[in-house]
Amino acid sequence: MSDEHRCVELTRSRHRIGQWLLLSFVLIWFFILILTPLIGIIKETFSQGIEAVKNSLTTPASMHAFWLTLVITASAVVLNTLFGTILAVVLARQNFKGKLFLESLLDLPFAVSPIVAGFMFILLFGPRGWIGNWFSSLNIKIIYAFPGMLIATLFVTLPFVAREVLPVLREFGPEQEETASTLGASQWQTFWRVTLPSIKWGMAYGVTLTIARSIGEFGAVLVVSGSIINKTQTATLRIHDQFTDFNYAGAFSAALLLAAFSFFLLNIIQCIYKKKGSAST
Amino acid sequence: MKNNRATALAPSEMIPRSLSLFYIGFLIVLPIVAITAEAFKGGLQNLFHQIALPEGLYALKLTFFLALFLALINIVTGTATAWVLVRYSFPLKTFMNALIDIPFAIPTVVTGIMLVVLYGPNSPIGSFFEKQGIEIIFNKPGIILALLFVTFPFAVRSVQPVLMEMEKDMEEAAQTLGASRATIFFRVILPTLLPSILTGAALSFSRALGEFGSIVIVAGNIPFKTQVASVYIYGEIESANIQSALGTAVVLLFSSFIVLFFLNILQKWSHKHER
Repeated sequence: MSDEHRCVELTRSRHRIGQWLLLSFVLIWFFILILTPLIGIIKETFSQGIEAVKNSLTTPASMHAFWLTLVITASAVVLNTLFGTILAVVLARQNFKGKLFLESLLDLPFAVSPIVAGFMFILLFGPRGWIGNWFSSLNIKIIYAFPGMLIATLFVTLPFVAREVLPVLREFGPEQEETASTLGASQWQTFWRVTLPSIKWGMAYGVTLTIARSIGEFGAVLVVSGSIINKTQTATLRIHDQFTDFNYAGAFSAALLLAAFSFFLLNIIQCIYKKKGSAST
Repeated sequence: MKNNRATALAPSEMIPRSLSLFYIGFLIVLPIVAITAEAFKGGLQNLFHQIALPEGLYALKLTFFLALFLALINIVTGTATAWVLVRYSFPLKTFMNALIDIPFAIPTVVTGIMLVVLYGPNSPIGSFFEKQGIEIIFNKPGIILALLFVTFPFAVRSVQPVLMEMEKDMEEAAQTLGASRATIFFRVILPTLLPSILTGAALSFSRALGEFGSIVIVAGNIPFKTQVASVYIYGEIESANIQSALGTAVVLLFSSFIVLFFLNILQKWSHKHER
């Protein structure tokens, strides 16, 4: 805090006032921007009564939407953890032409608008699309069906695990892995016994971010899914659908449920972040 | 990206590399090639014509204007918040520090709904402002609020770690040498923080360009008033106007490339500062 013991009393008190002004400004900003919306939705949802909340969350259409979100999230986590880790290992441990280019491509999903992302997959996999054309001749539907929704989610969450694991691998360096293989460990053993333990917290961090983003993804999934009730409607699509149908009770309670879950995830994220920090030092 | 000695590689190297190239190629490169090729297929003139359609062009202008405006606000509030979190101690600081990330965790649709609940025409705050003739929801202030919410963590978290690592001795040295507070801020603190402040602004800008979920709920999507680019593209796709959707989408896509390029430069710049 204030460490200027040599300061003249006058400038010191002026400095104090400045500090108070800055602190109040930040607290008020934070309160208005972040806290009041959270408080608002809690109040509004429960003003309708707990029974109404429960009823709207347990309709078959809502249950199906939550289930679909769960399945897509689980699949995205498995695939992107697997490929994300492989990508990180390749980028950290191998050298080849175009590696830098590959690494910069990895950041693209964060920069691309989710709507544009969904649109790209329609152009590719839509019934008249580049690849979709071929699939539809085999009678396999990708757009307006589960595969398309999964692909869109994979795209928007692709960087998380890779981006979290990559810096850990770089900092950790190949020395221990090389030692292990000199001592006769197979490559598989080296990975499981040496590499994996060192990157596990980075992976866990990336996985939680992937979960949060998969559950929350809306734009990309909306474009490729068609949001068909009981079929291709995820939780966020259902919230949007209920909201535009003026079913506010349903929209608010589902929104609050997702917000509560994000809180829970956030706690996990913070815990892992601390673990990760203490593991690397 | 072809490797001439590919055949000489050990399978333990070859397999992960091929998998990586395949995954990135399939999920990132191929879709971008597809959208670019489709957009340029009808010729440059047609593409420009599609981009310049009044409704889409207005949406693009509005999006860029709002994103820029938002980035400027975030430069001030994000830096101030990071500063307060690093340099001051006050009750509930840890709680506030944890909550900064909540916009990353909350689905964007939920953000939109929260803002409608709070500022919508039926809410106390919303109806108060409406009496003053200020419309928040279904108008531009609502979009700005949504964007501020979803990008707030970028603005704070880009600056915070740099500020934490910044040693106070430089500032103290400057002070001992008789520099005023303003001089210390502009000559010592700001140059060190600048790359990270700009990184936060660029990340916010890029997110604001593409944001959809919260805006589609909050904005009401009125053409020539509150329709932003991503919502316009969505509408055009839904009404099967693929050509006009392509035009606007390509502008957004190439803008995000440019921001990404700028972010890379910023990163190199801040690494130089570290040494």
